Amino acid sequence: MLNTYDFPEFDYVQSPEQTSGETLRHDVVIVGAGPMGLTAALDFAARGLKVVVLDDNNTVSVGSRAVCYAKRPLEIWDRLGIAKQMLDKGIEWKLGRVFFRDQEVYTFDLLPEDGHKIPAFINLQQYYLEEYMVAACEKNPLIDLRWKHKVVALHTHDDYAELAVETPNGIFNMEASWVIACDGANSDIRRMVGADFTGQFFQDRFLIADIVMKADFPTERWFWFNPDFHRGQSALLHKQSDDVWRLDFQLGWDSDPEVEKRPENIIPRVKAMIGHDVKFELEWASVYQFACRRVDQLRHGRVLFAGDAAHQVSPFGARGANTGVQDIDNLSWKLAAVLRDEAPEALIDSYHDERAFAADDNLLNSTRSTDFITPKNNASRRYRNAVLSLAKSHEFARPLVNSGRLSTPTPYVESPLNTADDSTWNGLMVPGTCAADAPIKVAGQDGWLLELLREGFALLVFGLEATPVEAGVFTPKLIVAGKDFEDTAGLASERYDGQDGAVYLIRPDQHVAARWRSFDAEKIRAAIARATAGALS
Amino acid sequence: MSITLKPNIEKPDAFYEMLTDAQRDMSDEDANDMNARLVLILANQIGDMDDLKQAIDLAK
Repeated sequence: MLNTYDFPEFDYVQSPEQTSGETLRHDVVIVGAGPMGLTAALDFAARGLKVVVLDDNNTVSVGSRAVCYAKRPLEIWDRLGIAKQMLDKGIEWKLGRVFFRDQEVYTFDLLPEDGHKIPAFINLQQYYLEEYMVAACEKNPLIDLRWKHKVVALHTHDDYAELAVETPNGIFNMEASWVIACDGANSDIRRMVGADFTGQFFQDRFLIADIVMKADFPTERWFWFNPDFHRGQSALLHKQSDDVWRLDFQLGWDSDPEVEKRPENIIPRVKAMIGHDVKFELEWASVYQFACRRVDQLRHGRVLFAGDAAHQVSPFGARGANTGVQDIDNLSWKLAAVLRDEAPEALIDSYHDERAFAADDNLLNSTRSTDFITPKNNASRRYRNAVLSLAKSHEFARPLVNSGRLSTPTPYVESPLNTADDSTWNGLMVPGTCAADAPIKVAGQDGWLLELLREGFALLVFGLEATPVEAGVFTPKLIVAGKDFEDTAGLASERYDGQDGAVYLIRPDQHVAARWRSFDAEKIRAAIARATAGALS
Repeated sequence: MSITLKPNIEKPDAFYEMLTDAQRDMSDEDANDMNARLVLILANQIGDMDDLKQAIDLAK
Protein backbone atom coordinates (compact mmCIF):
# COMPACT_ATOMS: atom_id res chain seq x y z
CA MET A 1 0.00 0.00 0.00
CA LEU A 2 2.80 2.42 0.81
CA ASN A 3 5.92 2.66 -1.32
CA THR A 4 8.19 2.11 1.64
CA TYR A 5 6.21 -0.15 3.96
CA ASP A 6 4.15 -3.35 3.74
CA PHE A 7 1.55 -3.60 6.42
CA PRO A 8 1.66 -6.85 8.37
CA GLU A 9 -1.58 -8.74 8.86
CA PHE A 10 -1.77 -10.38 12.25
CA ASP A 11 -3.68 -13.62 12.64
CA TYR A 12 -7.04 -13.69 14.30
CA VAL A 13 -7.22 -16.62 16.69
CA GLN A 14 -10.38 -17.64 18.49
CA SER A 15 -9.65 -17.64 22.21
CA PRO A 16 -10.22 -20.81 24.26
CA GLU A 17 -12.67 -18.92 26.46
CA GLN A 18 -14.82 -17.99 23.48
CA THR A 19 -14.68 -21.56 22.21
CA SER A 20 -15.66 -23.01 25.57
CA GLY A 21 -18.18 -20.31 26.44
CA GLU A 22 -16.76 -20.11 29.95
CA THR A 23 -16.53 -16.53 31.28
CA LEU A 24 -13.08 -15.91 32.75
CA ARG A 25 -12.00 -13.15 35.16
CA HIS A 26 -8.72 -11.60 33.96
CA ASP A 27 -6.51 -9.37 36.07
CA VAL A 28 -6.00 -6.78 33.35
CA VAL A 29 -7.67 -6.29 29.99
CA ILE A 30 -6.19 -3.58 27.78
CA VAL A 31 -8.45 -2.20 25.06
CA GLY A 32 -6.55 -1.02 21.98
CA ALA A 33 -3.22 -2.21 20.55
CA GLY A 34 -1.87 1.17 19.50
CA PRO A 35 1.29 2.66 21.00
CA MET A 36 -0.34 3.05 24.44
CA GLY A 37 -1.97 -0.38 24.63
CA LEU A 38 1.21 -2.11 23.48
CA THR A 39 3.39 -0.11 25.89
CA ALA A 40 0.94 -0.96 28.67
CA ALA A 41 1.12 -4.66 27.82
CA LEU A 42 4.93 -4.64 27.87
CA ASP A 43 5.22 -2.54 31.01
CA PHE A 44 2.60 -4.49 32.97
CA ALA A 45 4.24 -7.76 31.90
CA ALA A 46 7.64 -6.37 32.93
CA ARG A 47 6.14 -5.95 36.40
CA GLY A 48 4.91 -9.53 36.37
CA LEU A 49 1.25 -9.03 35.44
CA LYS A 50 -0.62 -11.26 33.00
CA VAL A 51 -2.49 -9.12 30.47
CA VAL A 52 -4.96 -9.56 27.63
CA VAL A 53 -4.90 -6.95 24.85
CA LEU A 54 -7.96 -6.56 22.61
CA ASP A 55 -7.81 -4.75 19.27
CA ASP A 56 -10.63 -4.41 16.75
CA ASN A 57 -8.18 -4.42 13.81
CA ASN A 58 -5.37 -6.78 12.77
CA THR A 59 -2.56 -4.53 11.63
CA VAL A 60 -0.46 -1.57 12.74
CA SER A 61 -1.29 2.11 12.33
CA VAL A 62 -2.20 2.94 8.74
CA GLY A 63 -0.22 6.05 7.80
CA SER A 64 2.67 7.35 9.81
CA ARG A 65 0.50 9.48 12.16
CA ALA A 66 2.60 10.12 15.27
CA VAL A 67 6.13 10.93 14.19
CA CYS A 68 8.19 12.57 16.96
CA TYR A 69 9.20 10.56 20.01
CA ALA A 70 10.77 12.39 22.91
CA LYS A 71 13.53 11.50 25.34
CA ARG A 72 11.33 10.46 28.27
CA PRO A 73 9.11 7.92 26.45
CA LEU A 74 12.27 6.54 24.81
CA GLU A 75 13.77 6.12 28.29
CA ILE A 76 10.64 4.21 29.29
CA TRP A 77 10.88 2.01 26.20
CA ASP A 78 14.57 1.54 27.03
CA ARG A 79 13.57 0.25 30.47
CA LEU A 80 11.30 -2.19 28.59
CA GLY A 81 14.17 -3.24 26.31
CA ILE A 82 12.67 -2.01 23.03
CA ALA A 83 14.23 1.43 22.53
CA LYS A 84 17.31 0.25 20.64
CA GLN A 85 15.35 -0.81 17.55
CA MET A 86 13.52 2.50 17.57
CA LEU A 87 16.73 4.50 17.95
CA ASP A 88 18.44 2.47 15.22
CA LYS A 89 15.61 2.98 12.75
CA GLY A 90 14.56 6.47 13.78
CA ILE A 91 16.02 9.77 12.71
CA GLU A 92 17.69 11.67 15.52
CA TRP A 93 17.27 15.44 15.60
CA LYS A 94 17.50 18.31 18.00
CA LEU A 95 17.49 21.50 15.94
CA GLY A 96 14.38 23.39 14.96
CA ARG A 97 14.27 26.38 12.64
CA VAL A 98 11.44 28.87 12.42
CA PHE A 99 10.81 31.00 9.36
CA PHE A 100 8.56 34.03 8.91
CA ARG A 101 7.72 34.61 5.27
CA ASP A 102 10.97 33.43 3.67
CA GLN A 103 13.38 34.55 6.37
CA GLU A 104 14.76 32.48 9.21
CA VAL A 105 13.89 34.16 12.50
CA TYR A 106 14.81 31.67 15.16
CA THR A 107 16.68 28.39 15.80
CA PHE A 108 16.30 26.21 18.87
CA ASP A 109 18.28 23.29 20.26
CA LEU A 110 16.25 20.76 22.22
CA LEU A 111 19.05 19.13 24.17
CA PRO A 112 21.86 21.59 24.66
CA GLU A 113 23.37 19.34 27.36
CA ASP A 114 25.54 16.24 26.76
CA GLY A 115 25.70 13.15 28.94
CA HIS A 116 22.32 11.51 28.33
CA LYS A 117 21.90 8.01 26.90
CA ILE A 118 18.74 8.92 24.98
CA PRO A 119 18.59 11.79 22.45
CA ALA A 120 16.13 14.68 22.74
CA PHE A 121 13.95 13.40 19.94
CA ILE A 122 13.72 10.84 17.18
CA ASN A 123 11.31 10.78 14.27
CA LEU A 124 9.88 7.42 13.34
CA GLN A 125 6.71 6.39 11.56
CA GLN A 126 4.12 5.06 14.00
CA TYR A 127 3.79 1.76 12.12
CA TYR A 128 7.43 0.87 12.81
CA LEU A 129 7.01 1.66 16.48
CA GLU A 130 3.93 -0.56 16.70
CA GLU A 131 5.53 -3.34 14.67
CA TYR A 132 8.48 -3.52 17.09
CA MET A 133 6.18 -3.53 20.09
CA VAL A 134 3.89 -6.20 18.64
CA ALA A 135 6.95 -8.42 18.06
CA ALA A 136 8.05 -7.90 21.68
CA CYS A 137 4.51 -8.66 22.93
CA GLU A 138 4.33 -11.86 20.89
CA LYS A 139 7.55 -13.09 22.53
CA ASN A 140 6.23 -12.41 26.03
CA PRO A 141 4.34 -15.34 27.62
CA LEU A 142 2.49 -12.96 29.97
CA ILE A 143 0.88 -11.07 27.06
CA ASP A 144 -2.15 -12.42 25.21
CA LEU A 145 -2.61 -10.19 22.17
CA ARG A 146 -5.97 -10.73 20.47
CA TRP A 147 -6.70 -9.21 17.07
CA LYS A 148 -10.19 -8.66 15.63
CA HIS A 149 -11.63 -8.38 19.12
CA LYS A 150 -13.97 -5.41 19.44
CA VAL A 151 -15.47 -4.42 22.79
CA VAL A 152 -19.18 -3.81 22.15
CA ALA A 153 -20.45 -3.40 25.71
CA LEU A 154 -19.00 -2.77 29.14
CA HIS A 155 -20.62 -2.93 32.58
CA THR A 156 -18.74 -1.83 35.67
CA HIS A 157 -19.08 -3.33 39.14
CA ASP A 158 -17.35 -2.44 42.41
CA ASP A 159 -14.39 -4.71 41.89
CA TYR A 160 -14.50 -5.78 38.26
CA ALA A 161 -15.91 -4.98 34.82
CA GLU A 162 -17.80 -7.16 32.37
CA LEU A 163 -16.99 -6.84 28.69
CA ALA A 164 -18.91 -8.12 25.69
CA VAL A 165 -16.43 -8.71 22.88
CA GLU A 166 -17.22 -9.26 19.22
CA THR A 167 -14.95 -11.39 17.02
CA PRO A 168 -15.42 -13.02 13.61
CA ASN A 169 -16.89 -15.95 15.63
CA GLY A 170 -19.55 -13.84 17.33
CA ILE A 171 -19.89 -12.18 20.72
CA PHE A 172 -18.56 -13.55 24.00
CA ASN A 173 -18.19 -12.20 27.54
CA MET A 174 -15.08 -11.53 29.58
CA GLU A 175 -14.49 -10.12 33.04
CA ALA A 176 -11.55 -8.01 34.15
CA SER A 177 -10.42 -6.79 37.55
CA TRP A 178 -9.06 -3.74 35.73
CA VAL A 179 -9.76 -2.42 32.23
CA ILE A 180 -7.20 -0.10 30.67
CA ALA A 181 -8.80 2.01 27.94
CA CYS A 182 -6.13 2.78 25.34
CA ASP A 183 -8.65 3.05 22.50
CA GLY A 184 -7.73 6.50 21.29
CA ALA A 185 -9.35 9.91 21.00
CA ASN A 186 -12.67 8.43 19.86
CA SER A 187 -12.66 5.92 22.72
CA ASP A 188 -15.71 3.64 22.77
CA ILE A 189 -14.91 2.72 26.37
CA ARG A 190 -15.15 6.37 27.39
CA ARG A 191 -18.61 6.53 25.87
CA MET A 192 -19.61 3.24 27.53
CA VAL A 193 -18.74 4.46 31.03
CA GLY A 194 -20.32 7.85 30.32
CA ALA A 195 -17.19 9.87 31.08
CA ASP A 196 -17.13 13.55 30.11
CA PHE A 197 -14.52 14.58 27.56
CA THR A 198 -14.59 18.32 27.25
CA GLY A 199 -12.30 21.11 26.11
CA GLN A 200 -11.64 23.46 23.24
CA PHE A 201 -12.16 22.69 19.53
CA PHE A 202 -10.07 24.67 17.07
CA GLN A 203 -11.66 25.98 13.92
CA ASP A 204 -8.88 25.14 11.55
CA ARG A 205 -7.87 22.28 9.29
CA PHE A 206 -4.47 20.86 8.48
CA LEU A 207 -3.26 18.67 5.63
CA ILE A 208 -0.52 16.21 6.53
CA ALA A 209 1.25 14.53 3.66
CA ASP A 210 4.06 12.00 3.81
CA ILE A 211 6.21 12.01 0.71
CA VAL A 212 9.19 9.92 -0.37
CA MET A 213 12.08 11.93 -1.75
CA LYS A 214 15.84 11.95 -1.87
CA ALA A 215 16.65 15.44 -0.72
CA ASP A 216 19.45 17.09 1.12
CA PHE A 217 17.32 19.11 3.49
CA PRO A 218 18.95 18.74 6.91
CA THR A 219 17.45 16.57 9.66
CA GLU A 220 15.81 19.49 11.42
CA ARG A 221 12.30 20.62 12.12
CA TRP A 222 11.45 23.50 9.78
CA PHE A 223 8.40 25.56 10.57
CA TRP A 224 7.13 28.45 8.47
CA PHE A 225 4.72 31.18 9.45
CA ASN A 226 3.05 32.69 6.41
CA PRO A 227 5.59 31.47 3.84
CA ASP A 228 5.48 32.79 0.27
CA PHE A 229 4.75 29.25 -0.97
CA HIS A 230 1.66 28.96 1.24
CA ARG A 231 0.49 32.48 1.97
CA GLY A 232 -1.45 33.34 5.06
CA GLN A 233 -0.97 29.89 6.66
CA SER A 234 1.73 27.85 8.39
CA ALA A 235 3.71 24.85 7.14
CA LEU A 236 6.06 22.21 8.55
CA LEU A 237 8.75 19.94 7.09
CA HIS A 238 10.25 17.07 9.05
CA LYS A 239 12.23 13.96 8.11
CA GLN A 240 11.28 10.37 8.97
CA SER A 241 12.94 7.03 8.19
CA ASP A 242 13.23 5.53 4.68
CA ASP A 243 13.50 8.99 3.03
CA VAL A 244 9.92 9.72 4.02
CA TRP A 245 9.24 13.34 4.87
CA ARG A 246 6.33 14.70 6.85
CA LEU A 247 4.77 17.85 5.41
CA ASP A 248 2.07 19.73 7.22
CA PHE A 249 0.01 22.54 5.71
CA GLN A 250 -2.45 24.71 7.59
CA LEU A 251 -5.54 25.03 5.39
CA GLY A 252 -7.97 27.26 7.27
CA TRP A 253 -11.47 26.44 8.46
CA ASP A 254 -13.22 27.07 5.12
CA SER A 255 -11.26 24.37 3.27
CA ASP A 256 -13.05 21.20 2.15
CA PRO A 257 -11.25 18.14 3.54
CA GLU A 258 -12.49 15.84 0.78
CA VAL A 259 -11.17 18.18 -1.92
CA GLU A 260 -7.89 18.82 -0.13
CA LYS A 261 -7.19 15.10 0.24
CA ARG A 262 -7.09 14.53 -3.52
CA PRO A 263 -3.58 13.97 -4.88
CA GLU A 264 -4.12 16.50 -7.69
CA ASN A 265 -4.61 19.16 -5.03
CA ILE A 266 -1.84 17.97 -2.69
CA ILE A 267 0.91 17.70 -5.29
CA PRO A 268 0.96 21.42 -6.27
CA ARG A 269 1.19 22.37 -2.59
CA VAL A 270 4.14 20.00 -2.11
CA LYS A 271 5.91 21.30 -5.22
CA ALA A 272 5.47 24.87 -4.05
CA MET A 273 7.18 23.94 -0.77
CA ILE A 274 10.07 21.72 -1.85
CA GLY A 275 10.66 23.09 -5.37
CA HIS A 276 9.32 22.09 -8.75
CA ASP A 277 12.43 20.14 -9.74
CA VAL A 278 12.55 17.81 -6.74
CA LYS A 279 11.24 14.33 -7.51
CA PHE A 280 8.92 12.81 -4.94
CA GLU A 281 6.11 10.33 -4.50
CA LEU A 282 3.09 10.87 -2.33
CA GLU A 283 3.00 8.18 0.35
CA TRP A 284 0.04 9.02 2.58
CA ALA A 285 -2.12 12.05 3.31
CA SER A 286 -4.79 13.04 5.74
CA VAL A 287 -6.76 16.18 6.59
CA TYR A 288 -7.43 16.74 10.25
CA GLN A 289 -8.81 19.22 12.70
CA PHE A 290 -8.16 19.05 16.39
CA ALA A 291 -9.28 19.66 19.90
CA CYS A 292 -7.62 20.07 23.27
CA ARG A 293 -9.64 18.14 25.86
CA ARG A 294 -9.37 15.75 28.79
CA VAL A 295 -11.54 13.07 30.34
CA ASP A 296 -13.06 14.19 33.67
CA GLN A 297 -11.48 11.38 35.72
CA LEU A 298 -8.68 9.08 34.52
CA ARG A 299 -10.14 6.46 36.84
CA HIS A 300 -13.79 5.41 36.53
CA GLY A 301 -14.05 2.61 39.10
CA ARG A 302 -12.17 -0.31 37.59
CA VAL A 303 -11.70 1.42 34.22
CA LEU A 304 -8.54 3.49 33.72
CA PHE A 305 -8.02 5.80 30.76
CA ALA A 306 -4.61 6.38 29.17
CA GLY A 307 -3.22 8.15 26.10
CA ASP A 308 -5.57 9.87 23.67
CA ALA A 309 -8.56 8.13 25.28
CA ALA A 310 -7.76 10.25 28.35
CA HIS A 311 -6.56 13.47 26.75
CA GLN A 312 -6.33 14.90 23.28
CA VAL A 313 -3.97 17.71 22.33
CA SER A 314 -3.10 19.56 19.13
CA PRO A 315 -0.13 18.02 17.31
CA PHE A 316 2.14 21.05 17.86
CA GLY A 317 4.71 19.95 20.42
CA ALA A 318 4.43 16.19 19.89
CA ARG A 319 2.59 15.91 23.17
CA GLY A 320 0.11 13.14 22.29
CA ALA A 321 1.89 9.80 22.14
CA ASN A 322 4.76 11.09 24.27
CA THR A 323 2.58 11.92 27.22
CA GLY A 324 0.50 8.76 26.76
CA VAL A 325 3.56 6.57 27.28
CA GLN A 326 4.20 8.42 30.53
CA ASP A 327 0.63 7.62 31.63
CA ILE A 328 1.50 3.95 31.34
CA ASP A 329 4.85 4.40 33.12
CA ASN A 330 2.98 6.03 36.00
CA LEU A 331 0.27 3.40 36.15
CA SER A 332 2.13 0.11 35.75
CA TRP A 333 3.92 -0.15 39.12
CA LYS A 334 0.85 1.09 40.98
CA LEU A 335 -1.45 -1.41 39.28
CA ALA A 336 0.99 -4.24 39.94
CA ALA A 337 1.22 -3.34 43.66
CA VAL A 338 -2.58 -3.06 44.03
CA LEU A 339 -3.31 -6.27 42.12
CA ARG A 340 -0.89 -8.13 44.39
CA ASP A 341 -2.50 -6.56 47.48
CA GLU A 342 0.82 -4.95 48.35
CA ALA A 343 -0.64 -1.44 48.38
CA PRO A 344 -4.14 -0.03 48.99
CA GLU A 345 -6.38 0.81 46.04
CA ALA A 346 -5.86 4.50 46.87
CA LEU A 347 -2.50 4.20 45.12
CA ILE A 348 -4.44 3.94 41.84
CA ASP A 349 -6.17 7.26 42.62
CA SER A 350 -2.76 8.94 42.53
CA TYR A 351 -2.68 7.94 38.84
CA HIS A 352 -5.39 10.52 38.23
CA ASP A 353 -3.74 13.09 40.53
CA GLU A 354 -0.40 12.87 38.76
CA ARG A 355 -1.39 12.24 35.17
CA ALA A 356 -4.34 14.63 35.02
CA PHE A 357 -1.91 17.27 36.32
CA ALA A 358 0.48 16.37 33.48
CA ALA A 359 -2.39 16.30 30.96
CA ASP A 360 -3.46 19.78 32.00
CA ASP A 361 0.10 21.02 31.57
CA ASN A 362 0.19 19.50 28.09
CA LEU A 363 -3.20 20.97 27.24
CA LEU A 364 -2.06 24.41 28.37
CA ASN A 365 1.11 24.27 26.29
CA SER A 366 -0.66 22.81 23.30
CA THR A 367 -3.44 25.41 23.45
CA ARG A 368 -0.92 28.26 23.67
CA SER A 369 1.01 26.93 20.66
CA THR A 370 -2.18 26.55 18.67
CA ASP A 371 -3.29 30.07 19.55
CA PHE A 372 0.05 31.41 18.33
CA ILE A 373 -0.01 29.38 15.12
CA THR A 374 -3.67 30.01 14.31
CA PRO A 375 -4.49 33.47 15.70
CA LYS A 376 -8.13 33.84 16.68
CA ASN A 377 -8.59 37.45 15.53
CA ASN A 378 -6.76 40.33 13.86
CA ALA A 379 -5.50 41.63 17.17
CA SER A 380 -3.66 38.41 18.02
CA ARG A 381 -2.45 38.01 14.42
CA ARG A 382 -0.91 41.48 14.74
CA TYR A 383 0.92 40.47 17.91
CA ARG A 384 2.01 37.19 16.36
CA ASN A 385 3.48 38.97 13.34
CA ALA A 386 5.09 41.60 15.57
CA VAL A 387 6.83 38.88 17.58
CA LEU A 388 8.05 37.18 14.41
CA SER A 389 9.31 40.37 12.78
CA LEU A 390 11.20 41.38 15.93
CA ALA A 391 12.61 37.89 16.57
CA LYS A 392 14.94 37.95 13.60
CA SER A 393 17.08 40.78 14.98
CA HIS A 394 16.18 40.88 18.65
CA GLU A 395 16.82 38.07 21.07
CA PHE A 396 14.19 39.29 23.53
CA ALA A 397 11.34 38.38 21.19
CA ARG A 398 12.49 34.82 20.53
CA PRO A 399 11.08 33.19 23.67
CA LEU A 400 7.68 34.47 22.54
CA VAL A 401 7.87 32.62 19.21
CA ASN A 402 5.74 29.51 19.63
CA SER A 403 5.71 26.95 16.83
CA GLY A 404 5.05 24.18 19.36
CA ARG A 405 6.64 23.69 22.78
CA LEU A 406 8.07 20.23 22.36
CA SER A 407 7.13 17.53 24.83
CA THR A 408 9.05 17.38 28.09
CA PRO A 409 7.95 15.48 31.20
CA THR A 410 5.73 17.34 33.64
CA PRO A 411 7.10 17.05 37.21
CA TYR A 412 4.39 15.86 39.64
CA VAL A 413 5.17 18.73 41.99
CA GLU A 414 1.78 18.61 43.69
CA SER A 415 1.58 14.84 44.05
CA PRO A 416 0.30 13.40 47.35
CA LEU A 417 3.00 10.71 46.97
CA ASN A 418 5.84 13.24 47.39
CA THR A 419 7.58 13.97 50.67
CA ALA A 420 8.41 17.68 50.92
CA ASP A 421 12.04 18.79 51.13
CA ASP A 422 13.31 19.59 54.61
CA SER A 423 16.53 21.27 53.44
CA THR A 424 17.65 23.50 50.56
CA TRP A 425 18.65 22.17 47.17
CA ASN A 426 19.95 23.38 43.82
CA GLY A 427 19.08 21.94 40.44
CA LEU A 428 16.02 20.32 38.95
CA MET A 429 15.50 17.10 40.93
CA VAL A 430 12.61 18.27 43.12
CA PRO A 431 10.26 15.55 44.41
CA GLY A 432 7.88 14.50 41.62
CA THR A 433 10.50 14.95 38.88
CA CYS A 434 11.67 12.07 36.71
CA ALA A 435 15.23 11.10 37.48
CA ALA A 436 17.93 12.65 35.29
CA ASP A 437 20.30 10.37 33.46
CA ALA A 438 24.09 10.66 33.65
CA PRO A 439 27.05 8.73 32.24
CA ILE A 440 28.64 6.43 34.84
CA LYS A 441 30.90 3.41 35.09
CA VAL A 442 29.87 0.15 36.73
CA ALA A 443 32.71 -2.31 37.45
CA GLY A 444 34.86 -0.42 34.95
CA GLN A 445 32.25 -0.59 32.18
CA ASP A 446 30.57 2.48 30.67
CA GLY A 447 26.90 2.70 31.54
CA TRP A 448 24.07 5.05 32.40
CA LEU A 449 22.53 5.98 35.71
CA LEU A 450 18.97 5.21 34.58
CA GLU A 451 20.03 1.65 33.77
CA LEU A 452 20.52 1.12 37.52
CA LEU A 453 16.94 2.22 38.25
CA ARG A 454 15.01 -0.57 36.60
CA GLU A 455 13.04 -2.54 39.17
CA GLY A 456 11.39 -1.27 42.33
CA PHE A 457 12.20 1.59 44.66
CA ALA A 458 15.80 2.76 44.84
CA LEU A 459 17.93 4.87 47.16
CA LEU A 460 20.49 6.89 45.23
CA VAL A 461 23.17 8.02 47.67
CA PHE A 462 25.97 10.56 47.27
CA GLY A 463 28.63 11.00 49.93
CA LEU A 464 26.70 9.57 52.88
CA GLU A 465 27.00 6.40 54.93
CA ALA A 466 24.12 4.19 53.74
CA THR A 467 22.64 1.06 55.27
CA PRO A 468 19.87 -1.22 53.91
CA VAL A 469 16.33 -0.05 54.74
CA GLU A 470 13.78 -2.82 55.24
CA ALA A 471 10.40 -2.09 53.65
CA GLY A 472 8.97 -5.49 52.67
CA VAL A 473 8.27 -5.79 48.94
CA PHE A 474 9.12 -2.09 48.60
CA THR A 475 12.61 -2.47 50.09
CA PRO A 476 14.68 -0.04 48.05
CA LYS A 477 17.77 -1.07 46.12
CA LEU A 478 20.82 0.79 47.46
CA ILE A 479 22.76 2.61 44.75
CA VAL A 480 25.74 4.36 46.29
CA ALA A 481 28.00 6.67 44.28
CA GLY A 482 31.61 5.55 44.49
CA LYS A 483 30.58 2.03 45.49
CA ASP A 484 27.85 0.74 43.15
CA PHE A 485 28.89 3.07 40.34
CA GLU A 486 31.62 5.57 39.52
CA ASP A 487 30.43 9.06 38.73
CA THR A 488 33.39 9.49 36.39
CA ALA A 489 32.23 12.69 34.71
CA GLY A 490 30.80 14.12 37.93
CA LEU A 491 27.51 14.72 36.15
CA ALA A 492 25.39 12.50 38.40
CA SER A 493 26.50 14.40 41.48
CA GLU A 494 26.01 17.71 39.68
CA ARG A 495 22.51 16.90 38.39
CA TYR A 496 21.40 15.60 41.81
CA ASP A 497 23.17 18.36 43.79
CA GLY A 498 25.03 15.61 45.60
CA GLN A 499 28.33 17.37 46.37
CA ASP A 500 27.41 17.99 50.02
CA GLY A 501 25.84 14.56 50.53
CA ALA A 502 22.42 13.49 49.35
CA VAL A 503 20.04 10.55 49.44
CA TYR A 504 17.19 10.28 46.92
CA LEU A 505 14.25 7.91 47.22
CA ILE A 506 13.31 7.03 43.64
CA ARG A 507 10.04 5.32 42.71
CA PRO A 508 9.72 2.30 40.42
CA ASP A 509 8.79 4.70 37.58
CA GLN A 510 12.10 6.56 38.05
CA HIS A 511 10.54 9.60 39.71
CA VAL A 512 11.98 11.28 42.79
CA ALA A 513 9.70 10.65 45.79
CA ALA A 514 11.83 12.32 48.48
CA ARG A 515 15.39 13.49 49.22
CA TRP A 516 17.44 14.35 52.26
CA ARG A 517 20.82 15.69 53.23
CA SER A 518 21.35 12.93 55.78
CA PHE A 519 20.61 9.19 55.81
CA ASP A 520 17.71 8.48 58.19
CA ALA A 521 16.09 5.04 57.81
CA GLU A 522 12.91 6.11 59.60
CA LYS A 523 12.39 9.08 57.31
CA ILE A 524 13.01 6.83 54.31
CA ARG A 525 10.45 4.28 55.52
CA ALA A 526 7.90 7.05 56.07
CA ALA A 527 8.51 8.37 52.56
CA ILE A 528 8.05 4.89 51.07
CA ALA A 529 4.80 4.56 52.99
CA ARG A 530 3.68 7.91 51.58
CA ALA A 531 4.75 7.03 48.02
CA THR A 532 2.71 3.81 48.18
CA ALA A 533 -0.44 5.47 49.55
CA GLY A 534 0.20 3.95 52.98
CA ALA A 535 1.31 0.43 52.08
CA LEU A 536 3.80 0.32 54.97
CA SER A 537 1.76 2.07 57.63
CA MET B 1 21.12 53.46 30.41
CA SER B 2 19.62 51.74 27.41
CA ILE B 3 16.70 49.39 26.93
CA THR B 4 17.22 45.69 27.41
CA LEU B 5 17.00 43.55 24.29
CA LYS B 6 17.79 40.32 26.13
CA PRO B 7 14.84 38.10 27.06
CA ASN B 8 13.41 39.60 30.26
CA ILE B 9 9.77 38.44 30.39
CA GLU B 10 9.42 36.06 33.30
CA LYS B 11 6.99 33.59 31.69
CA PRO B 12 6.87 34.31 27.95
CA ASP B 13 4.05 31.90 27.04
CA ALA B 14 1.89 32.90 29.99
CA PHE B 15 2.43 36.60 29.21
CA TYR B 16 1.52 36.11 25.54
CA GLU B 17 -1.60 34.21 26.51
CA MET B 18 -2.61 36.97 28.96
CA LEU B 19 -2.09 39.64 26.31
CA THR B 20 -3.98 37.95 23.48
CA ASP B 21 -6.72 36.65 25.77
CA ALA B 22 -7.37 40.25 26.84
CA GLN B 23 -8.26 41.06 23.22
CA ARG B 24 -9.90 37.80 22.24
CA ASP B 25 -13.45 39.14 22.26
CA MET B 26 -12.64 42.75 21.26
CA SER B 27 -13.34 44.39 17.94
CA ASP B 28 -10.24 45.33 16.00
CA GLU B 29 -10.78 49.00 16.86
CA ASP B 30 -11.15 48.26 20.57
CA ALA B 31 -7.99 46.13 20.47
CA ASN B 32 -6.08 48.97 18.79
CA ASP B 33 -7.31 51.41 21.41
CA MET B 34 -6.24 49.02 24.14
CA ASN B 35 -2.79 48.71 22.56
CA ALA B 36 -2.40 52.50 22.59
CA ARG B 37 -3.31 52.66 26.26
CA LEU B 38 -0.98 49.75 27.01
CA VAL B 39 1.95 51.49 25.27
CA LEU B 40 1.36 54.61 27.36
CA ILE B 41 1.18 52.63 30.60
CA LEU B 42 4.41 50.77 29.81
CA ALA B 43 6.09 54.00 28.65
CA ASN B 44 5.34 55.53 32.03
CA GLN B 45 6.97 52.51 33.65
CA ILE B 46 10.11 53.07 31.58
CA GLY B 47 10.15 56.83 32.05
CA ASP B 48 13.61 57.54 30.67
CA MET B 49 13.43 59.67 27.52
CA ASP B 50 16.44 58.09 25.79
CA ASP B 51 15.06 54.60 26.40
CA LEU B 52 11.67 55.59 25.06
CA LYS B 53 13.23 57.07 21.94
CA GLN B 54 15.26 53.91 21.40
CA ALA B 55 12.13 51.76 21.75
CA ILE B 56 10.18 53.92 19.32
CA ASP B 57 12.99 53.75 16.77
CA LEU B 58 13.18 49.96 17.08
CA ALA B 59 9.46 49.51 16.67
CA LYS B 60 9.19 51.74 13.57
